[in-house]
Amino acid sequence: MTLLKPAKAPLPEGAATIPPGKAKTKGKAERDAQLGRRTMWGPAFALPHGLGLAIFTLLPIVVSLIISLFRWPLLGTPSFLGLGNYQRLFSDPIFGQVVVNTVLFVVLYVPLNLVVSLGLAAWLTPRIKGRHIFRVIFFIPSITPVVANVVVWRMLYQPGGFIDGTLQSTTGISAPNFLGDEHWAMMAIVVMSVWQGFGYNMLVFSAALDAVPENLTEAAAIDGANAWTIFWRIKLKLISPSIFFGTMMTLITSFQVFAQPFILTKGGPGSSTSTIVLYIYNQGFQFHQLGLASAAAWILFVIILGVTAVQFLGQKKWVHYDA
Amino acid sequence: MLETTSRIRPLTARPRGSRAPGRRRTAKIRPAIGYAILCLIALLFLSPLIYMFATSFKPPAEIFSVPPKLFGSEFRWQNYHEALNYMPFLRFMGNGLLVSAAGTALTLVVSAFSGYAFSRQRWRGRNLVFMVFLATLMIPQEVLIVPMFVMMQKVGWVNTFQALIVPWAFTAFGAFLLRQFFLGVPQELDDAARVDGAGTLRTFLLVMLPLARPTMAVLAVFSFISYWNSFLWPLVVINDVNNLGTIPLGLQMFFGQQGNQWHLVMAASVISMAPTLLLLILLQKHLVKGIVTSGFGGR
Repeated sequence: MTLLKPAKAPLPEGAATIPPGKAKTKGKAERDAQLGRRTMWGPAFALPHGLGLAIFTLLPIVVSLIISLFRWPLLGTPSFLGLGNYQRLFSDPIFGQVVVNTVLFVVLYVPLNLVVSLGLAAWLTPRIKGRHIFRVIFFIPSITPVVANVVVWRMLYQPGGFIDGTLQSTTGISAPNFLGDEHWAMMAIVVMSVWQGFGYNMLVFSAALDAVPENLTEAAAIDGANAWTIFWRIKLKLISPSIFFGTMMTLITSFQVFAQPFILTKGGPGSSTSTIVLYIYNQGFQFHQLGLASAAAWILFVIILGVTAVQFLGQKKWVHYDA
Repeated sequence: MLETTSRIRPLTARPRGSRAPGRRRTAKIRPAIGYAILCLIALLFLSPLIYMFATSFKPPAEIFSVPPKLFGSEFRWQNYHEALNYMPFLRFMGNGLLVSAAGTALTLVVSAFSGYAFSRQRWRGRNLVFMVFLATLMIPQEVLIVPMFVMMQKVGWVNTFQALIVPWAFTAFGAFLLRQFFLGVPQELDDAARVDGAGTLRTFLLVMLPLARPTMAVLAVFSFISYWNSFLWPLVVINDVNNLGTIPLGLQMFFGQQGNQWHLVMAASVISMAPTLLLLILLQKHLVKGIVTSGFGGR
């Protein structure tokens, strides 16, 4: 076994002469000495990772703020603008719409995602035959490339495509042009995103439900509680930390929706499905205005921080950590 | 939910036998109906992928049919041939493999060390630094795209593999995952190694790291997949898609140029999904475990 490997290493003199039993009783002073020696190793071990994070995450945040204060073309020399980019964003009706679209997406997507993932997690109890296979099936689109998923759905939504064709042959009615109709386009993106995205939460909730102690639910059952009550009153409460965590991660990622509108609708029709990240990409890398794009990114960052903070403050009301 | 009713059955088993037989039958039929519905949901859920697969073998003229058909009049392998001829998907796979493997290796090395530092070593400011690490998880990659691009411009990394590899290898997720693991290793193991004369570095490399192999595997899978599927950053930083493109980038370009050739697009989609699907089937246990212990791997 691997554990034996260090024993094979040549022992320094003296080490072998300490009987194992004695080393333990000698204990505290020696351990303190070791811990003292470790103080040098700890920071050294954390350094490469910490340095990388500083350079590639913390520094860009600061750089982003600086860029947002400049007129910063993709190529060429930047010139200082002050808050000009922010002023422009706040007075730009398109940016306003983009923010509203993103919020609309989040408001539709997050609850749907949570309901579907929680529902399936509750359904797939250990008693379900082939539970493992179901879990893997529902997880597939979470792991296949988003671009591929979106391309496939583009075809499903196409007039004459899978959905339209099925509807026509079964009911004789043709489906709306999901991606070309501004009343449908956002909903189409939300549905596709839920299909693709609920797998993670389902697995997290499923594991949390498995961890609910059986004696609690059994006791409640003997007291006459039915399955429904047990789920709402006991299980849901016990897994609330997981739900909190899942909600937070889903919220953060859903604010960053990009590939779905980028490939499904290009933000259209009009700009009815354009999102903040799509706006950042277009301004920065299509119209070469990195300063404006950076300002938009900072606004997104502040929105996400705000939402996360509200979540953390609100958690006291419904998250139970003491099981 | 059904679990609880079955558990208490033994208590009520005797009176139940004398009850109306109809009730007993529903108790058996209900789960069966539920199971059938579940299977139906799973099938419906998979239908986009089934449709993709079916379409990838159809002749172009038969793609949009009412009612939709699963099979065309012929089984057209040629679609794959044409898609591969039109765009170098095998090269994209090779590029993806290179980028993902290098990125994963870098992630594993830095995360193993920092995870150990945050769990088994005591040093001043450790908890504060770890909090900063965790806080960076809240920073969305998308927000960093513009400054990262400018930084890549400054060091001349635009349109290079290292621009795809290096910037995203330092996610705090790895440190978090390995810290969780190392916290669970009994202190006696450190002590034993130390008594045997092993120093910190040797204890870490020869005792701790081998123990952490399963967790490292989990991290590796997630890291690999997130590199492989990454889209926005390659879209921004890679101009020469034909030579340096990865799968998502190539598929996006293919779709942009051949968007109405659905038989080819679907073949290309199948090609794009295949490696990750294979990975999922082979490593499902690691994946499930990773998500369960961390809650956010790869997101």
